[in-house]
Formats: sequence, C-alpha cells, structure tokens
Amino acid sequence: MTTALPREADPAEITAQHAQLTRTWGTGQSLFERLATVDHKIVARRYVITAFVFFVLAGVLALLMRIQLAQPDSHLIDPDRYNQLFTMHGTTMMFLFAVPIMEAIAVYLVPLMCGTRNISFPRLNAFSYWVFLFGGVMIWIAFLMNAGPETGWFSYVPLAGPEYSPGKRTDFWAQMVTFTEVAALAVAVELIATILKQRAPGMTLARMPLFLWAMLVTSFMVIIAMPAVMLASSFLIADRLIGTHFFNPVEGGDALLWQHLFWFFGHPEVYIIFLPALGMVSSIVITFARRTIFAYTLMVLALVTTGLLAFGLWVHHMFATGLPHLGSSFYTAASMMIAIPSGMQIFAWIATLWDGKPRFMTPLLFVIGFIVIFVLGGLTGVMLASVPLDLQLHDTYFVVAHFHYVLIGGAVFPLFAAFYYWFPKFTGRKLSERLGRWNFWLFFIGFNVTFFPMHILGLAGMPRRVYTYADGLGWESLNLLSTLGALMIGASVLLFIVNAARSLKQGEPAGDNPWGASTLEWATSSPPPPYNFMHIPVVTGREALWQPEPRQVLEGLSPAHREVLCTSALAAVPDIRQHSAEPSIWPFWTAIATAIWFIASIFDARAVLWGSLPVAVCLIAWMWPTPPRVLQQRTAP
Amino acid sequence: MKPRIVGDVSSLPDAAFSHRSLIWWGVLGFILIEGTVFVLAGGAYFFLMNHSTPWPPHRVPPELLLGTCFTVLMMLSEIPNVWADRAAHGEHLRQTRIGLALMTLIGLALMVIRYFEFQTLNVSWDDNAYGSIVWALLFLHTVHLVTDWVDTLVLTVFAHMHDLERTHFSDVADNCLYWHFVAIAWLPIYALLYWVPRMMK
Amino acid sequence: MSGRKHICAALVVLLAGCSGQQAALDAAGDQAATIGDLWTLMLWVCGFMYLLVLIFLAHAIWRARHALDAEPLTHGSGSRAEHPLRMALGGWVGLIVVGLFVLSLATFFIDRSLAQARTDDALKIKVTAAQWWWKVEYEGMAPDQRVVTANELRLPVGQPALLELHAEDVIHSLWIPNLGGKEDLIPGRINSLLLTPRREGEYRGQCAEFCGLQHAKMALDATVMNPDAFTRWRQQQLTPAPAPSTPEQIRGHEIFMSGPCAACHQIAGTPASGQTGPNLTHLASRRTIAAGARPYSFEDLRDWLRDPQSVKPGNHMPVVQLSDSDLNALTAYLDSLK
Ligand code: HEA
Ligand code: HEA
Ligand code: HEC
Ligand code: CUA
Ligand SMILES: [Cu+2]
Repeated sequence: MTTALPREADPAEITAQHAQLTRTWGTGQSLFERLATVDHKIVARRYVITAFVFFVLAGVLALLMRIQLAQPDSHLIDPDRYNQLFTMHGTTMMFLFAVPIMEAIAVYLVPLMCGTRNISFPRLNAFSYWVFLFGGVMIWIAFLMNAGPETGWFSYVPLAGPEYSPGKRTDFWAQMVTFTEVAALAVAVELIATILKQRAPGMTLARMPLFLWAMLVTSFMVIIAMPAVMLASSFLIADRLIGTHFFNPVEGGDALLWQHLFWFFGHPEVYIIFLPALGMVSSIVITFARRTIFAYTLMVLALVTTGLLAFGLWVHHMFATGLPHLGSSFYTAASMMIAIPSGMQIFAWIATLWDGKPRFMTPLLFVIGFIVIFVLGGLTGVMLASVPLDLQLHDTYFVVAHFHYVLIGGAVFPLFAAFYYWFPKFTGRKLSERLGRWNFWLFFIGFNVTFFPMHILGLAGMPRRVYTYADGLGWESLNLLSTLGALMIGASVLLFIVNAARSLKQGEPAGDNPWGASTLEWATSSPPPPYNFMHIPVVTGREALWQPEPRQVLEGLSPAHREVLCTSALAAVPDIRQHSAEPSIWPFWTAIATAIWFIASIFDARAVLWGSLPVAVCLIAWMWPTPPRVLQQRTAP
Repeated sequence: MKPRIVGDVSSLPDAAFSHRSLIWWGVLGFILIEGTVFVLAGGAYFFLMNHSTPWPPHRVPPELLLGTCFTVLMMLSEIPNVWADRAAHGEHLRQTRIGLALMTLIGLALMVIRYFEFQTLNVSWDDNAYGSIVWALLFLHTVHLVTDWVDTLVLTVFAHMHDLERTHFSDVADNCLYWHFVAIAWLPIYALLYWVPRMMK
Repeated sequence: MSGRKHICAALVVLLAGCSGQQAALDAAGDQAATIGDLWTLMLWVCGFMYLLVLIFLAHAIWRARHALDAEPLTHGSGSRAEHPLRMALGGWVGLIVVGLFVLSLATFFIDRSLAQARTDDALKIKVTAAQWWWKVEYEGMAPDQRVVTANELRLPVGQPALLELHAEDVIHSLWIPNLGGKEDLIPGRINSLLLTPRREGEYRGQCAEFCGLQHAKMALDATVMNPDAFTRWRQQQLTPAPAPSTPEQIRGHEIFMSGPCAACHQIAGTPASGQTGPNLTHLASRRTIAAGARPYSFEDLRDWLRDPQSVKPGNHMPVVQLSDSDLNALTAYLDSLK
C-alpha cells in the first residue's frame, strides 16, 4: 500500500474488504460452527438471553413466594418447598442473572467501545459461557427434581453442613457457585486485558468512556472477591464429602469462618452488580442529556473508591454475631463512607441532566426511576450500617426491602434502560417507545407497591425467610399489597418480552447511531459486522463521535486473518498486531469435561482427581500453540 | 461522512514480550486470582488457629525434612527458570529447548517430593480443622505445581517438534513468569505449614 | 414524585408508633427505646437528603421543558453552568460528610452506651436454641434454685436481664423487638444479650436467623411482669410437677412415663428426665405450644399430641400413635401441669 496518507476510504476497496473480512471473521450456520464460534457478539448474545431466562425463572419463583405470603397461615406451599423457593430465587438472581448479565453486556460492548475486532481471549470467552450455562442448568434440574438447595443464598453453616443438610442439595449449590465463579473470573480477565490493551489509538485512560471504567473496576473486584467464595464453597463441599472440619466447632472449626469468607465475597458482589449498572447509566445520561458528563474525573474517582471501600465492609452483614464492639464501629464508618462516592455520582447525573438538553425517551425514564429508587435503597443501607439499628433490622423484611431497592433500583432499572438503549445496536431495530412507557410505569409503580411496604413489615417485626406467619400480628394487609405489586411487576416484564419479540421483526430500523450517541459502538453498523470495524477508529476526544468530522481511522490490519491491534496500556499508542484466536470446538469440550468433573465429584470425591484428566486433555488441545508453518502461511501475502 | 484514513499499522510487529503482549496480561490476571486464593486460605489458617489451642491440636507439627528439601529445590529451580526466561527473550532456540527440558525434569522431581511430603504432615485432613486447613494449603499449592508442570511439558514437546517464532518464545517467557509465582507463593505457605506450629509451641 | 409520597406515608405510619406485640418501634425496654431514638435521627437525616435529591431531580426535569433539539454539548467545560454546578457539588459533598459524621457519631455513642450498661445486678438467664424451640434456664443461688422452662421468657420490669446465648445445633437468633435488638446463638460460641424491660406486658419474640424447616414457627413468648409477680412465678416454677389427681390424669401419667415421651421430655418430680425436648414441668402455665405454633388450650394441646407433624411439619417430635381415650388422658395429665 503506497497510497499517500491521509486519504479518504475508497468505496470499491471497502466492498472488497468487507467480503474478505466477513470470510475471515464470520461464523457459519452449521451446528459445528455455532458451537465453535468465538465471536464475542454471538457469545454475548447467548449470555444475555440465558441470563434473562434465569431472571424470568427466578421471578416466577418470587411470584410463587408472594402468593404464599399473601395471606397468613397459608398452606399452598409446604415449608420445604418454600425454603427451596427463596434459596433458588436468591441464588439464581445473584449468581445466574445479575452478575452474568452485566458481564454479558460488557462482553458485547467492551470490544465495540474500545474499537477493536474481538475480545482479548475469545476462546476463554466461549468457554466461560458454556460453563455458566451448564452450571445454571444443573442447579435448575436439581431443583425441578426436588433436590434444590434449601439453606438460603448464603448457605450458612452448620445448617448447610453435612449434619443438618443431608442429601445432595447443598452439594449442587456449592458446585453451581464454582461453575459461575469460573465463568465470571474468566470474563473478568478478558475484560481487563481488552480494556487495557485493545483500546483504539488515542483513547487514553482520561478519554475512556465511564462504562469502560466501570467494567475495569468491576473486573478487578471480581478477581479479588470471587476467589473467596470459591474457597468457601470448596471448604463446604469438602466438609460435606470427605469429612474435613473447617466449619465443625467440635473439631476446632468455626461457623463464622464461613460467614467471613462468604461476605468477603458477598459484599463486593453487590457492587460487582451495581458498578456496571452505573456505567450504563452514565452512557445513557450523556446520550439523552446530550451533554458530556459533569465532573468526569470525580466520576472515575468515585468508581475506584467504591471498588476499594467495598472490601472493607463485609462485616456489616454480621453485626448480630457478637463481634467485638470497637471493630463493629469501624465497619459502620466504612459502610457509611461509601455514601460519599454514591452521593457524588447521583449529583453528577442529575447535574448533567439539569445542564443538558434531555430527551425523555424510555431509557432515560428508566434512569430517572433508577435515581428515585436507588437513592432510597442506599439510604436504608446507611441505616442498616448503624450497628444498634441493624440489630433491630437485621434479618427482617426491612433488609429485604433494602436490597430489592438497591438491586432492582440500582441494577435492574439501569439494565432495562440499557435494553432499550442498546437493543438497536444488538438487533438493528428499535424497541417500541409506546410499550416502553407502559413497561416503565408498570414496573415503577409495581415495584414500589411491592417493596415499600416491606420496610414497615420489617419494623413491625416480620423476619425474613418465613414460609408463613400467624394471623393477628398486623402483617396481613401489607403482605397482600406487596403480592399485588409483584403481579404488576410480572405484567411489566411480560410486556417487555412482548415488546422485544415484536420489535425484533417489526421494529423501526435503527441505523448506525439512532440516538446520536458519542461512544465507538455507534460508529459501526447495527448490528455490527463479524469483524466489528473495517478500519480501526482513532479517538481524538473524550466523546469520540462528537468530535469534529471527518472521523479518523487507521488501516493495515490484515483482512485475511484474525488480527487485533494492541495499544499501550495508558496512552493507547499502537504497539503490535496481535493474532486473535480462531474458532475452536475445544472450549466447548473443555466445558463439558469441566461439568462432568464438577458434577461427578458431588457423587464421588475421587472424581476431584480423575475428573481433572479429561479437562487437562481438552485444555491441551485448546491451548496447543499454532505451529510456525501455519503462522508463516498466514502472514504470506 | 466517509472516514479519513490517517495511518497504517501494517508495519507493526505481530508479537512481543511481557506487558506488550495480550497473553501476558491474561497470565497476570490468573496470577492475581490465585494469589488471592492463597492469601485468603492463609487468612483462614490464622482464623482457625486463633480459635483453638494448642496448635496443632495434637502438638505434633509436620516433619521438617521433606518440606525443606522441597523448598530448597523450588528455590534452586529459579536459576534455570531465569536462564530459560533469558533464552526465550533472546529467542535462542537451543537454549530455550534445554531450559524447558530442565524445568520439566525439576518439576517432576518436585512433584515426587510433594507426594511424600503429604505423608509427613503428621495429620490427616479429617482429623480436625487444623488437618483440614494444612491439607488444603498443600493441596492448593500442588494444584498449581501440577498445572504449571503440564504447561511446561506441553511447551517442551512443542519446542522440540518445531522451530519457534517470537510468539512462541513469548509463551515460554510467560510460562517462566508463572513459575516465579508458583515458587514465590510457596514460601509463605512453607512458613505457615512448618514454622508457625513450631513457633506456637 | 411517588417516592416523596412514600416518605410521607412512612412518616405517618412510623412516627405513629407502629405498635404491636412484636414491633421494633413500640419500645418496652431501654435498648429498644434507645435504638428507636437512633431510628428517628436516621429517618430525619436520610429523609432530608432524599428530599434534596428529589427536588434537584424534579427541577432538572422541569427545566428540560425548554430544551430545544440543539447540538450536543461536547465539552463539559464549555457550559456556563459548569462553575456554579461545581460549587453546588462541593456543598453537597460537604453536606453528605456532615450528615454521615452525625450518624456515625450517634451510632458510636449509642453502641457504647448499650455495651456499657450496668450488669452487676442483672438477672442471669441461659437461653439455648435448638431446632425449633428455646430452652430457658434461670440461674439460682443453689442448683435446686434453678428454673428450667421452654419457649417463654419472663422478666421482672426494671431489672436488667443478661441472657447467655447457646445453640444446640445450627445458628439461631434471639429477637424480641419491643425490648431490644437481636443476637445470634451460634454453636461453639457463647454470646450475650442485655435487655432492660421498662413496661409490663406480653410481647412476642421470634427466631430471626434462618434455621431450617420450621424457622417460621420458632417464637418466644416474652412477659414483662411486676417484680412480685415474677418472684411468685419463679417460686411456683421451682415446685415439682403436681401429682395427677383424677383417674384420667393418672392414666395419662402412666402413658407418659411408659411411652417414648419420657425419653425426650423432663417433668420434675417424676421419672421423666429426657433432655431432647422442652421441659414440661409447668407446661400448662405457658401461653403457647411448641414455640408459638399454637396458643395454649386443651384442644390445641390435644391436636399437638395427636399429630405434631401436621401442626408444625418437620419438627423433631415424632407422631406417637394413641387411641382417642389415651390421647384424652394424656392431654388431661399434661393440662394439669400448672
Ligand atoms: C446493588 C446492590 C447493593 C447496593 C448498591 C447496596 C448498597 C449499600 N448497602 Fe446493601 N445489601 C445488598 C445489596 C446492595 N447494597 C444486599 C443484596 C444485601 C443483603 C444480603 C442478604 O442478607 O441477603 C444488603 C445488605 C446490607 C446490609 C446488611 C443488612 C443486614 O443483613 O442486617 C447493610 C448494612 O450495613 C447494607 C448497607 C449498604 C450501604 C451502606 C450501601 C451503600 O453503598 C449505599 C450508598 C448510597 C446512598 C447512601 C445513596 C446516595 C447518597 C446520597 C443521596 C447522599 C446522602 C446520604 C447521607 C448523608 C446519609 N446492605
Ligand atoms: C437481582 C436480584 C433480585 C431481583 C431482581 C429480585 C426480584 C424480586 N424479588 Fe427477590 N431476592 C433476592 C434478589 C432479587 N430479587 C435475593 C438475593 C433474596 C434473598 C434470598 C435469600 O433469602 O436467600 C431475595 C428474596 C426475596 C424475598 C424474601 C423471601 C423470604 O425472605 O422469605 C421476596 C419476598 O417477597 C422477594 C420478592 C421478589 C420479587 C417479587 C421480585 C420481582 O421483582 C421479580 C420480577 C420478575 C418477574 C415477576 C418475572 C416475570 C415474568 C413473567 C411473569 C413472564 C412469564 C412469561 C413467560 C415465561 C413468557 N425476593
Ligand atoms: C424424639 C423426641 C421426642 C419424643 C419421643 C416426644 N417429644 Fe415432645 N417434643 C420434642 C421436641 C423436639 C419438641 C419441640 C418441638 C418444636 O417446638 O419444634 C417437643 C414438644 C413437645 C410439647 C410442646 C412443648 C412446649 O414447650 O410447647 C409437648 C407438650 C410435648 N412435646 C409432649 C410430648 C408427649 C406427650 C410425648 C409422648 C407422646 C412426646 N412429647 C414425645 C421431642 C419429643
Ligand atoms: Cu431458629 Cu430460625
Ligand atoms: Cu454489604
């Protein structure tokens, strides 16, 4: 290529390159190719849909619980079933819906926002999805066969130990945790490498969209937090299967060790769910306010401090376990401190709207709903952080209210905003705005009707995780109200499904950038081609697509084989052309082997050893280096 | 508006070492994950220790001999490891092959020692919580040892089958990095398993 | 916004007292009252902050009416509002810091004062939780002064009570909201909880930590009584069980002693000395059966004895097959254990 630069891209050349790139990066229709694909968009789409299915399933369980609780002394559901219901509801929502769906959306968007052609470790990514899928399917099959876990989503020992939870139920639970953590850790590593090494030239750290910052911080949190629960669940399953005594007080073990390990993960977990949502909110606020974010640097700082502080709070879930008082006060102060970055972010979003020129489309409505609901939930969080007050509120419906306000307000509302916002990018069509408004108002009102009364119920003495309650304690009408609200949420979610199904076929075609947004995912077609970008975009300002035209790009990545551009971690200067993995069936087989390994070891402890052999074989096949001969063929002109 | 092409990246290299390469970041990520596991497992050790006296409950700490042999060999293995790392960075094929083969043999020797080391712990995992955590720590480290050994073996076989390109040398260097981690992570575990119980007496 | 409506509704409901026999804000003891004050402070501070957020948001939405379909603002610093907004942000953060400081300080001092309450004249009670009932033991001057009962806690008004908390099997949590906060009962550990009741009355406590199948039906009947009545109750509890007097009761007594019952239950003054189940010596003086599963009455007791598993599915008392007349006799005997 000797043409002088800079130059305009030539249309004939573009057509030719498109054909060649599609051949290089595309995924065919055959079953084999589908199983072997490593296209981050295809994997992410599967991930999102699977996680959403888990949301609906867990939501249906929630409706069953609400129906049981609608009246006192109800006999519709027996206690054992009920215990499985809330355990599966909480477990599915936290492990199989909230965390995965955030990561899934990131797997789709991060490479696009970085302006690169694929995620850093495409095969690991494919593997991660399969492992997640198998783990989720396993626990749901167990549940449908009446072997669902029944000790709550944090499975406190000794209740979950060998003596008080006989059978295989808790083993399935512990292994499911391992499955999903493996998946989440893999994605975290991919995202970190993608964000640090594959950003478009010119996208310095100071120009990174807040969503990328949020995912970067989240991924580091995953790496520090998830090992704790993997360790804990391994200890648990060892206690249950091979007779270790980690949690057995009679032999020197300690029930509180479980709680420390679990919450060392469990608390950051909720921010792992929450931070990506904040990134989404920032994207949407910027686009619909049509203004750069107010106080960008402080927003980044807020994300980072939230991530750091999150590791100092876990004990606030254990105030009632009788820890020394002085220590507890420290956790109170730390927990409250996290209100500073949160409060700052809330201010910055509202300020951006205040100073911008907002258009109140459905995504922005959900963001406003998010602010109204989340702040209330955050404030009840501050109340819970106060040791003496928590001793009254802990393990009551007040806590249930708190965490649904922050989880649904702080993560599900942003998620729905994100669905409306990015649906055009995923599918090429917009969701219906009219149904969207119904969706929003039903959800917003239904949500408050469901969960606001729970605050009062908690203060009125109603503990959580009770399958029924006696008549005459004054809890009847509020519970009934709450159930009615839950049905409203159900209707709203149903409406969303209808909207999505209809819009997939009949929605208004979106075009590349329907909202006039500023980040790079909107610089390519909707849906994006298999190779994402024909030319590598060059970023010249924080709001990449709002910079003066024409857009600048680079050429020179081979169209004939899979290459991505790596840039330096801080300043994003082009550095090397890195090979990106070809499709491979081995991640799929490795996931199957891993599933066999994990599930077999529930039934036979020796499987921990022999089960690793097939995994090793598959891994070797997967990772086997590309011989030099093939490399040379590839680079030959 | 049509984009404007302002540069050409086709002259950039297609492989590089350490932080310039994607794989290196992946390896670093996994080191971070596993490092966290070790730290937390160590924390669990102290947590359980504070909860029961005496420590160890039956007062017999693990025997020093094999664990110390293992430690010495593990530390000595850093010499060929660093050497192999240099060879890989210099893209010297023959030295890299020798280095890899050497590391495979050393790994094998370490695993054999480790096998017997389990039998000198003087406690079984199902005796008490002390036994459980001791076995857990040693098992965790063994998993890393075995994983990295398999990786080394694969690279050795591959290196003797083919000529290597820079990307392969980079893989070898990353493998050396991981070995550093396995070696360094052992030191605190060694101290926990063999010396803390002696100091507690 | 509907959020503000909520806050108002909440204020009305909560400040009105939210009364009831298992309600945190209807304080009948020092601890609950102190925590209630903290709650009020929290509600005011947080309510105020929430109001500010909502006002700012509402104003932003209201302002947007004038927004035109203009070009996006591509440089934050290009806006004229940037500077005033920064000042406002500074003020807001300052306000948050002050708010949090007040709340942390209040928390700290209240926590301190609760922890340092005097316990030297406290009544010492040992509570042991098991799936799914409470064993309650009052320490006495001498071993024969020890009172053992189950699923009920009686406290003299005005005197601090120091509960020593044990667990038999899994983790439970003792919570009598009208009197104070909760504390976990953890196997392998001993916790304690101090309650200083100030108002006579009947309250209800409930296990708050999920402990398995019948966590929902693990209530604790709490009575705060005047000191004289308490002393009388205590004396009465020290007496052994009254001997059966009618022929039916005598028959019931025999069934109890010869059946499996005596292996699990103790009745002082009789050979029955089982420890796996609640002590039944003065069963008929309690207000509930099986940790609040039923109110106490002859019929409910008979229902329980006929089939404990349908009254409280999964609990650890097996069904013992009895003929109707035996059942009546057994009930009559237990009903005489005043
Ligand atoms: C997305 C999830 C999410 C988020 C974001 C949060 C955010 C917070 N949470 Fe929450 N929490 C959960 C999910 C979440 N939580 C879950 C799932 C549980 C229960 C687990 C279980 O038991 O099953 C739980 C339980 C929980 C407990 C334990 C309760 C108990 O079991 O007894 C506590 C106690 O401290 C707590 C505190 C907090 C605090 C202080 C915040 C803070 O981060 C909130 C910060 C935000 C704000 C405060 C609002 C904005 C700020 C302002 C408007 C400034 C003005 C404020 C003041 C001056 C006060 N949470
Ligand atoms: C992200 C997390 C998340 C989300 C979104 C939710 C959503 C909901 N939750 Fe959940 N919840 C938890 C996380 C979450 N929850 C956790 C962690 C616990 C603690 C568990 C434990 O104690 O161990 C808990 C506990 C919990 C309880 C307490 C149980 C107890 O303590 O006994 C209750 C009670 O009402 C409840 C209710 C609800 C309701 C009504 C919803 C609703 O918002 C659900 C809305 C969704 C639907 C209703 C699905 C609707 C879809 C359809 C109807 C479509 C069907 C159509 C087709 C199939 C095409 N939740
Ligand atoms: C295997 C042990 C066992 C046997 C046998 C047994 N019980 Fe029980 N019993 C229990 C347990 C455990 C409870 C507490 C159940 C709960 O509340 O969850 C209980 C509760 C009770 C109660 C209610 C106590 C209270 O404080 O409210 C009564 C009354 C009672 N049993 C009577 C009997 C009689 C009469 C028999 C014989 C016919 C009997 N029990 C046999 C274990 C046993
Ligand atoms: Cu005991 Cu819940
Ligand atoms: Cu928390």
